[in-house]
Amino acid sequence: MEILVCAKRVPDTSENEIQLNDAGNDIERDDLVYSINEPDNYAVEEALQMVERAGGTVTVATVGGEDDEEILRREMAMGAKNGVMISDEAFEGSDGKGIATILKAYVAKNHYDLILTGVQAEDGGAQVGGMLAAMLDYPFASLVTSIEVLDGGKLKISREIEGGNKEINEIDLPCVLSIQTGINEPRYVGMRGIRQVASVPIPTFGADDLGVDMAAVGAAGNKVKRVDYFVPPAGKGAEMLEGAPEEIADKLIVLLKAKGGLN
Amino acid sequence: MPRIFAYIQHKGGVVDDTAAELFAAARKIDAAATPTAVVTGWGADFDAVCQSLCGSFAEVWKITSEALAYPNAELVRQAVASVVPAGSILLVAHDHFGWDFSPGLSIKINAGFVSDILDIEGVAGNSVKLVRQEFGGQISTHVLCDISTGAVLNLRPGAFKPAEGAAAGGQVIEKPAPAFTAKRRYIETVVAESGDVDITKEKVLVSIGRGIGEKDNVAIAEELAEALGGAVSCSRPVVDAKWMEKSRQVGSSGKTVKPKVYMACGISGSFQHLAGLKGNPFIVAINKNPKAPIFRVADVGIVADMLEFMPVLTGKVQEEKSALVGKR
Repeated sequence: MEILVCAKRVPDTSENEIQLNDAGNDIERDDLVYSINEPDNYAVEEALQMVERAGGTVTVATVGGEDDEEILRREMAMGAKNGVMISDEAFEGSDGKGIATILKAYVAKNHYDLILTGVQAEDGGAQVGGMLAAMLDYPFASLVTSIEVLDGGKLKISREIEGGNKEINEIDLPCVLSIQTGINEPRYVGMRGIRQVASVPIPTFGADDLGVDMAAVGAAGNKVKRVDYFVPPAGKGAEMLEGAPEEIADKLIVLLKAKGGLN
Repeated sequence: MPRIFAYIQHKGGVVDDTAAELFAAARKIDAAATPTAVVTGWGADFDAVCQSLCGSFAEVWKITSEALAYPNAELVRQAVASVVPAGSILLVAHDHFGWDFSPGLSIKINAGFVSDILDIEGVAGNSVKLVRQEFGGQISTHVLCDISTGAVLNLRPGAFKPAEGAAAGGQVIEKPAPAFTAKRRYIETVVAESGDVDITKEKVLVSIGRGIGEKDNVAIAEELAEALGGAVSCSRPVVDAKWMEKSRQVGSSGKTVKPKVYMACGISGSFQHLAGLKGNPFIVAINKNPKAPIFRVADVGIVADMLEFMPVLTGKVQEEKSALVGKR
């Protein structure tokens, strides 16, 4: 099975406090720690496990620039055979549809049985996989929590639905699946592993190589534009307890008693 | 102003709560809007759904086929794309169905798409101005979506105050189902296992998030929960890391709980997590990050490392309880 995983480099929210910049037009990016979008890492692990069972190769692609190469190397160190950089000045500022348009052009020039994405990225868009599938006329499923390969060019998948329940589907290949976190336990990647793939060439493809429909990409092609960033309203706002841990605990116990939290 | 449609979900003959939220959102796009409901389904239950929608929608577009008996997004998308006129705005709930259904639909009908919308600030020129959040709710954004060729807008469940139209006597208009291509087939729904502890029945929950750090630390939370006479629940990352069972997860993809006291420890407070919290509990938030979204909804907040604070609190609670016993 030939599997393509579409991945993205994002600020790591477990490592960073996300703040507004002074101008209010972006987040403060100077000291951010970046990493692979967490659900994308689960998608790569799932692809690797499928290939270990059924044969084939895993390719990881990203639409980005020089800085994004580190996530391709990381996923190659995990075991992905190929890394692919899709990069062009004309792609900068593309919205979700623009990214899907670029990926569609890449997929049209290659053969993949299965395309995986993470379920969503830092902007919570949850859109590129579904759009890509529609552009390719492939079937799609989101929030996928298990994959089993069946005979006859199809998969049995489960999707996460409300209340912890699962929806079981059969889906024909080729298809696009967006992978939910927790589907597997992604393997550890050490510095040694990353060094071992440091010199493996990563091909780069641009707009001309892929024959991208330029009307739908880049900032000018966007249907959806972010205007600004702002701090969310405070809501009712918590009463903050301050002091030494023992003092805070004493204050909290008084409140807990009043609210039925001590039984 | 483009025509506004709302795709309405239903189950077992009952209209989903989000229907009135989509109606409210339509009125935020256009105060004079009379949105049209679009529904898909099959059977007597479905007929009842269409009738009840006539209470608030002036028109209910009904697409019925045995293939639509279960809302398989791949088939519903084909049905809706075949009836919605070009240039329309379609509103959809951003739940597990909306995630599956909408991005692809926007491509099929050549419309803009925006997911997880919290608010709508109105239309100016060819664009609708929307409010979203990024980074798990840490930052908000305004987004403009070009609606000149229509738009599919996915709205966060619970974000819009429900409203209903006074369009009594609305009518059901049956629209033809297309010839379906079934490349994805629904097999069955597997109901979640109940687990050893039923967190939906607990009065006190000590709920842990990613901040618990490692599996061995779960015991620290268990000691606190035991002292308080409650149980330990958790957020999604703890289940993803296999530190606790899925049956302990609070949230839209986990359990819905209604404790008196909810202690959110190292939980950032994503809306998917908060969606599982009902009955207006007293929320205590403990988090290292003073900007964590959980502090916006909590009653009491403590900026601290949960791993250091929890044992202190456990000790104090135990002292308090033994003092109470002493008095008796």
